[in-house]
Amino acid sequence: MSGHPSTYEPKYAATKWLDTRLPIVRMGADFMTFPSPRNLNYWYTFGGILTLCLASQIITGIILAMHYVPHVDLAFDSVQRIRRDVPFGWLLQPMHAVGASMFFLAVYVHMFRGLYYGSYKAPREVLWIIGCLIYLIMMATGFLGYTLPWGQMSFWGATVITGFFGAVPVVGESLQQWLLGGYAVDNATLNRFFALHYLLPFVIAGLVGLHVWALHHVGQNNPIGITTKTKQDTLSFHPYYTIKDGFAVVVFLLIFAFFIFYQPDALGHADNYIEADALKTPPHIVPEWYFLPFYAILRAVPDKLLGIVLMLGAIVVLFVLPWLDTSKVRSMRFRPVAKWFFWIFLFFCFILGWCGAETPDNIAIPFGVDAAGQVRGLNFTWLSRIATIYYFAYFVLILPILGLVETPKDRPDSITKAVLGDTKHTAILPAE
Amino acid sequence: MIFNVKIIFVTAALFIITFSGQGYAAGGSNTGDYKMVHKQWQFNGAFGTYDKASAQRGYQVYREVCSSCHQLKHLSFRHLGDQGAPFYDERYPNPNDNPLVKNFAADWSIESIDGETGDILDRPGVPADKFPAIYPNDAAARASNGGGLPPDLSVIVSARNGGADYIYNLLLAYEAEMPKDMVMGPGLSYNPVMDGGAIAMVAPLSEDLVEYADGTKATVEQMAADVTEFLAWSSDPKMEQRKSTGLMTMLYLTILAILLWFSYKRVWKDVEH
Repeated sequence: MSGHPSTYEPKYAATKWLDTRLPIVRMGADFMTFPSPRNLNYWYTFGGILTLCLASQIITGIILAMHYVPHVDLAFDSVQRIRRDVPFGWLLQPMHAVGASMFFLAVYVHMFRGLYYGSYKAPREVLWIIGCLIYLIMMATGFLGYTLPWGQMSFWGATVITGFFGAVPVVGESLQQWLLGGYAVDNATLNRFFALHYLLPFVIAGLVGLHVWALHHVGQNNPIGITTKTKQDTLSFHPYYTIKDGFAVVVFLLIFAFFIFYQPDALGHADNYIEADALKTPPHIVPEWYFLPFYAILRAVPDKLLGIVLMLGAIVVLFVLPWLDTSKVRSMRFRPVAKWFFWIFLFFCFILGWCGAETPDNIAIPFGVDAAGQVRGLNFTWLSRIATIYYFAYFVLILPILGLVETPKDRPDSITKAVLGDTKHTAILPAE
Repeated sequence: MIFNVKIIFVTAALFIITFSGQGYAAGGSNTGDYKMVHKQWQFNGAFGTYDKASAQRGYQVYREVCSSCHQLKHLSFRHLGDQGAPFYDERYPNPNDNPLVKNFAADWSIESIDGETGDILDRPGVPADKFPAIYPNDAAARASNGGGLPPDLSVIVSARNGGADYIYNLLLAYEAEMPKDMVMGPGLSYNPVMDGGAIAMVAPLSEDLVEYADGTKATVEQMAADVTEFLAWSSDPKMEQRKSTGLMTMLYLTILAILLWFSYKRVWKDVEH
């Protein structure tokens, strides 16, 4: 990792020998002493939390894979066997399933933090894009993994999602068949989904390496978005942020443990306890909660292809965000107008999630009752349309225009000044 | 910081519970005027455990009533004597040795292959056997049940919105009066808890259908509650283990969080930030 001069001094003959050949100990030491802005708040602990989530998913996943059978006749039974007979299977299986939800919860906090503090702006564009890639592959991995227990929602979710590819003009049908390995979701599909579900987490791990490398090259952003200038602006990663991250991780684990032990099924669907049946469609096919906002965008338009374009566009727009936001000011703390648009954006993301979970024709916001006694009001289709419009407008209209017209608040010259005020500059460094 | 981190955590947790709330919407929308009874199950709550006596009676109801059509395909007989199971006996940590479990297994006839001749023969079950299939195949099951396929019951409580309350109410709702404008197809019964109001299973329970060894009066409500208790265990057999491990884990993490909080305060004591 580059970015700051190395202070590592090998002490022993063996470490000196190794240091001139493969400076791996130096890399670790530099990682631990990396100068981090002194004003990072708890929102900045989610990077560490996400690393833990990835590690937990990979470890539990590998053990589950030792007991899971990717065959249409045996997959559902093998998951039951894991929960009933495999030692600690009753713990590992919910840990992995709940873990996926916790992973997404953390990644959403991490992403909204990046949006609020402008962590995507120069020189962190590549860092942000790698993050978007990680998120995209996480979504693929989450979807593939949800297919594996081979319950009703697994099967029909996979049928619906792979059906999107069929909407691609000209090549759609052959593309869909190529993905499924046949004309419908079946054993070939389950096998390849299992293979890919096992592969992708390691791709994510590789990208996380690049993400951290990019982070250490450009340095962390911080809540005021002012670039670190002097040594006084920073603190060594260890012990200051290891202990802060450590505390946050344990608080996160408390929530994680609550779901594993007391509400293991709260984040799933009862229908997934029914074995997949190609002849029986469940009344409501709903994706996992972390896909709901995108599902709402998909259903907001009547045309299937346009819906898919919008849904993919909702993710693609994140990749080009560094060039859409024209403001040079990173943190929303100094953007009095943009800040409000950000909170409205967050609000509409929740609204989209709500719309994704509900039946489109149902009334979301009742206005009154008509002559026939029917409740009138705004239905979920129209609510999701409004929210979808705002979602895209935020990125392609509001942020580009606001950067040109908004007058930002005065910003402090440095992190040190922001922390201490202009007066006292002494005693900022910790007593050694 | 404008928002307290803990508030955000709680909000986020509420958010995901809300959106997954569909799984918790008991009963669905087709129950009409029927009022679901929300029973205070002993297994509810963070410290809840299965009512073993009730689950034992529930097994009797399953064996004498339900098992004529419904399988428990994910269960082996030995599971009945596992820790946290209805017939667990601490004298027999290995459930295969539990005499009750052995008796239950022997009560079933298991199709098997004679190792000498290769002939297919029936033998009494042993604890290691799985609960056998009731019908040779799905087509046979449908043929015997007027076209309806009796679902497997091993995970039925987890597989229905509303969980144990759904199963309990379904067993009781046969007494509800059918709306006048509703027409019932042949072989179907009215049951407002069932999606659509029609069910292929005829009312399975009636007063004193089974005779409980412990002297409990076998009312329809009692049998419904008992068999639901048993099926709740069958759906989530490791619940008691999970909750007790959960308690220790939560305690451990809470203490660790407090210690880390003070360490954090100490490390950052002289640092302005």
